[in-house]
Amino acid sequence: MNAAQLPALQIVIPLLAAPVCVALRQPRVAWLTAVVATWSSLAVAVVLLQHVLATGEAVSYHLGGHAPPHGIELRVDALNAFVLLIVTGISAVVVSASRKSLSEELSEKQHYLYFAATLLCMTGLLGMTVTADAFNVFVFLEISSLSAYSLISMGRSRRALTAAYQYLVMGTLGGTFILLGIGLLYMATGSLNMADLAVRLQGMEANRTVQTALAFLVLGASIKLALFPLHVWLPNAYAFAPAMVTALLAATATKVAFYVLVRFLFGVFGTDFAFDAMHLDRVLMPLALAAMFSASIVAVFQRDLRRMLAFSSVAQIGYMVLGLSFASELGLAGGIVHLFNHAVVKSSLFLVMAAVAIGVGSTQIEDLRGIGRRMPWCMGAFVVGGLSLIGVPLTVGFVSKWILVRAALEAGLWPVAVLILLSSLLAVVYVWRVVEVAWFEAPAEDAPQVRRPPAGVVCAAWTLAAAALVFGVFTDATAGVALRAARMLMEVSS
Amino acid sequence: MTAGHYQYWIVAVLMMTGLYVVISKGNMIKKIIGLNLFQVSVILLYVSMGKVEGGTAPIVAEGFEVYSNPVPHVLMLTAIVVGVATTALALSFVVRIHEAYGTVEEDEVLAMEDDSTGSDA
Repeated sequence: MNAAQLPALQIVIPLLAAPVCVALRQPRVAWLTAVVATWSSLAVAVVLLQHVLATGEAVSYHLGGHAPPHGIELRVDALNAFVLLIVTGISAVVVSASRKSLSEELSEKQHYLYFAATLLCMTGLLGMTVTADAFNVFVFLEISSLSAYSLISMGRSRRALTAAYQYLVMGTLGGTFILLGIGLLYMATGSLNMADLAVRLQGMEANRTVQTALAFLVLGASIKLALFPLHVWLPNAYAFAPAMVTALLAATATKVAFYVLVRFLFGVFGTDFAFDAMHLDRVLMPLALAAMFSASIVAVFQRDLRRMLAFSSVAQIGYMVLGLSFASELGLAGGIVHLFNHAVVKSSLFLVMAAVAIGVGSTQIEDLRGIGRRMPWCMGAFVVGGLSLIGVPLTVGFVSKWILVRAALEAGLWPVAVLILLSSLLAVVYVWRVVEVAWFEAPAEDAPQVRRPPAGVVCAAWTLAAAALVFGVFTDATAGVALRAARMLMEVSS
Repeated sequence: MTAGHYQYWIVAVLMMTGLYVVISKGNMIKKIIGLNLFQVSVILLYVSMGKVEGGTAPIVAEGFEVYSNPVPHVLMLTAIVVGVATTALALSFVVRIHEAYGTVEEDEVLAMEDDSTGSDA
C-alpha cells in the first residue's frame, strides 16, 4: 500500500460518508455507514502512524499534484499522526456505541442528521490536523465548528439551543481571529505553506505585522481550545448537548485546537520568536495555572455531573497549555501525553455519564446515591477514569503529570511543579465526591428502579478506560511517541 | 502614511464596531449583525492586500504588465461562503430559540433559564 496517498484518505472517507448518511436516511443504515467510515479512518490513521514512526520521515501529499509551496500540501509527521489516531479512535468508539443511546435523546428520524454532522465534524478535525496549509486550517476549522454547533443544538433541553448559539458567537469570533492572523502572515511573507512560512519568517522578529499575526492566532486558537478565561462557551455546550456529542467533542474538538496552537507556535513561528522574543510563556503560563485551579474549584462545587466534568475539562486544558508554555522538549511532550490522557479519559467519563443519565434518568450528583452497586460496571469505569484524571500511578494520567512535573523542574520552576501537584488534589476532591455518593451511600428509599443502560455505551466507556490503564503501563506508545514528536518540533523550530 | 493606508483604518473601525456590537447588544439578531461586520472587515483586509496599484485583473493580455494578486481574492470566496453558512446557522438557532422561549433578548432568556432547572423540554 502506498502510504503517500493516505493523508488524503483521512479527509475523503468521512467527507464522502456524510452525504451517504443523508441520502440513505434509515437510522440503522446511517449508523452502519458511520461505523464503517470511522473504523476505516482509524485503520488509515494506524497505518500512517506506523509508517511515520518506522521511516522517521513525514508523509507529504500534494493536492492535485501541485508541488508546495504554491500547491496545497497535506503533511503527516509524528505529532499529527498521533493526533489523527486519537481523533479517529475516539470517533470510532463513540459512533459505534451511539446507536441505542441516541434513541433516548433524538427521534429516529433525526439519527441520520446526527451521523452526517458527526462525520462532517470529523472531516473538519482531521483536515485541520493533516493540512500543512495555513488557510486550509481556517476552512477545516469552520467545517468542524459549524457541524459541532448543529450537533450541540440537537440536545433535548431548550437550553441546548442557547448553548449552541453562544458557542457559535464565540467560535466564529475565534475562527475570524485565526483568519486575520493568517492574513497578516500572508501579507508579511506571501506564503501559506507552513514549512515555507517558517523559513520566510526567520529574521522577521521585529516586524509589527508578524507580531500582530502571532497575537491574533494565539487569541483565536485560545478561544477554540477554551483556555481560561475564554472558556465560557464550554460548560453549557458540553452540559446540554446530547450525551454522545459531548463524549465526542470533549475528546476531539479542543484537542485539535490545541494541536493547531502547537503547530503554529513551534512549526511556523518557532520558539525563538514566540517565546524568546515575544515572551508568550509569560501570558500562557499564568492563564494555564489559573485554569487548573479556578476550573477545578468550580468543578468541586457543581451539583450536576455533566457540568462538573465540563469544568474539569477546562482545568485539564490548563495542563496541556502549561506543558506548551515551558517551550521545552519535555514540556511539549507532557502536553501531548496529557492531550491523549484527557481525550481518552474524558470521553470515557462522558460515556459513563450518558449511561447514568439513561439508567437513573438524572445527572444530578445527589440522585446518584448508591448507584455504584446497582450499576457496578458503569461506575467502575468512572473510578478508573477518575483515577487517571487525578494522575494515580499505573494510569496514563500519571505519565503525563510526571512528565509535566519533570519539565517544570527542568525549567527551574519548582513552584509550578508544586502547583501541578496541588491542583491534582482538587481533582481528587471532585472525583471523590461522586465516588463517595455512588459507592458509599445507601440509595434513597424512594429511588426509582434503575434501567439497564445500553451495553454498547458501557463497553465503549470500558474500552477507553482500559486504554487509559494499558497506556499508563506501556508508556512507550504514549510518552515515547510524544517525546519523538516534541523532539522533532523543537528541531524544526530552533 | 495615514492617507496611503486608509483601508486599514476602515478595516480596524469596522472590526471594532462589529466586536462592540457582539459584546454590547443583548438582541440575538443584532449580535449576528455585529458578527457579520466583524467577518466582513477581515474580508476587506484580504481583498485590499491583493490590490497592486495600477494593476489590472490577473488575465494575461497584451499591453498589461502589472497584475493584482488573485490569491487573497480567491481565499475570500471561501471565507464568504463560510460567513454565509455561519449566518444561516445562527439565524436558524435564533428562530428555534424564539419558538422555545418566545423572545430573542438574551437577558430575558437568561432570566427564564435561571427559573428552570434546565431539564424542561
